[in-house]
Amino acid sequence: MNSTERSTSSAVPRFVETEFVRKKQRAEWIARGFFAFMAASIVVPLLLILGYIIVHGAPAISWEFLTENPRSGGAKGGIWAAIVGTIYIVAISLAVSAPIGVLAAVYLNEYAKENWFNRVVNLAVVNLAGVPSIVHGLFGVGAFVYFANFNQGRKSILAAALTLAVMTLPVIIASTKEALAAVPRSFREACWNVGATRWQTIWKIVLPNSISGILTGVILQVSRTAGETAPVMLTGVATWKSLQDSGWFLYHPIKDQCMALSMHLYYVATQANNVPEAVPYAIATVLVGLVLLVNATAIGFRVYLRSRKKW
Amino acid sequence: MSDDSQFCITTRDLSLWYAKFQALKQVNLNIRQGLITSLIGPSGCGKTTLLRCFNRVNERCGYVTTTGEIRILDKNIYDPDVSLISLRKAIGMVFQRPNPLPISVYENVVFGLRIHSEGGVKKSELDAAVEVALTEVGLWTDLKDRLNDKAVGLQLEQQQKLCIARLLPLKPEIILMDEPCSALDVDGTRAIEELMFSLKGRYTMVIVTHNMMQARRSSDECIFMLMGEVVEHSRTEELFLTPKNAKTAEYIEGRYG
Repeated sequence: MNSTERSTSSAVPRFVETEFVRKKQRAEWIARGFFAFMAASIVVPLLLILGYIIVHGAPAISWEFLTENPRSGGAKGGIWAAIVGTIYIVAISLAVSAPIGVLAAVYLNEYAKENWFNRVVNLAVVNLAGVPSIVHGLFGVGAFVYFANFNQGRKSILAAALTLAVMTLPVIIASTKEALAAVPRSFREACWNVGATRWQTIWKIVLPNSISGILTGVILQVSRTAGETAPVMLTGVATWKSLQDSGWFLYHPIKDQCMALSMHLYYVATQANNVPEAVPYAIATVLVGLVLLVNATAIGFRVYLRSRKKW
Repeated sequence: MSDDSQFCITTRDLSLWYAKFQALKQVNLNIRQGLITSLIGPSGCGKTTLLRCFNRVNERCGYVTTTGEIRILDKNIYDPDVSLISLRKAIGMVFQRPNPLPISVYENVVFGLRIHSEGGVKKSELDAAVEVALTEVGLWTDLKDRLNDKAVGLQLEQQQKLCIARLLPLKPEIILMDEPCSALDVDGTRAIEELMFSLKGRYTMVIVTHNMMQARRSSDECIFMLMGEVVEHSRTEELFLTPKNAKTAEYIEGRYG
């Protein structure tokens, strides 16, 4: 009985597209196209912004522009002092936040057990990341300019760098934790089960296998640090502190304020008079170029480290 | 009861809770020195938990509570003066998935020696240890020219043997194996079982297995567990041919599990 039914039904074509299948397929194409469009729409603004800045700024960039101090309120001369100032702030800030952040993340990921102390620390990290940068700036004024008082109650490069360090700390902790968590648990178990201490496990296995991710996370903070204006304006960056008087001599990190690219950009774009139109774009191009350069180094380094690790 | 010295692992009223869930209930066991003892039972019966008690790796999770006593070589391993580092040096563990470290074959084998030595070991000693350990697990001829290769690039069977070889330089008393063959094919399983036979006598081995036939083939004694309790513990032939408990009989007949 059953077999006869089957043989009759085999006369009906099998495995063909019905109207219902076609409908589902159309919906699939539409969904796919929509998502792809959204993904592509991320790239377009980036390219437009970069293109616009570079097209407008490139004509003003010259060797003199990069290596001379600004003159006539930014209308003439170059941006050397601001480049140096930005490098100072970024370098000092990361020199402080990277070790603290990485070590804290190692503690949180490798040692911490589930208890109230660690819950409080994790909560603090998350919330610290959500504080607006201007609030960090205000905190920096209170904590580093006045309370720590590096420079007799005046702004200083160190205060600005520390303010930014506090700001980048939670992000470094988060990215480092992620890099550590990507190391398979089985490696740790293998170590523990031959009697390795946690420190031996971390030093011999976990860190060597997560260092590329950790470094990438740290270096990506360069762009944030270099671009911030509000917090450094309050704590260590002046609109006008050229290196002219001391010639090529560099800033004193504690006693000096400095110029910075982000602040200088704001100043020439909105406050200064008689500035050629191309100058703000040129500054932006240099700022973006510096950041991209550092990020490219990071990516290259990451590729190199990745190529050595296999599992 | 015969004299205690032939027992390597003895538990007295061992109970363990994961938070509120009791995973082991009043476990009393005597595991003999130098033999292969297998732990069998359906999933969730507590075999792996029990195994992981013997080198105290369960405690990594903060919510585990243990009561009772585990005596290994006549020392209660829950005594306050027991160091987890020396305990785990003496009691090695092999896992379900081979877990070689992401370093070379050579460094995998000497890893234990390096971390347990003060101020470094001589190169000649390390070389000797590698040759001995790899010979013992039957990898030396295959790998002696590839000692600097990454261990994670080996075949699974070789990786598992390497994981056993990694324990040997530390001269462990006990080797715990948590389903050591479940990731391997037939040949790999046979190779590991043969390796276990060749190590028998020198090391006490406790093996958790889902595979009743493997327990039957490869172990001297067999422990059947159910719902966190030890139902039956006897010589393997006895357990499979003349089980005393009805639950055991049903399990080995395949009625549940």
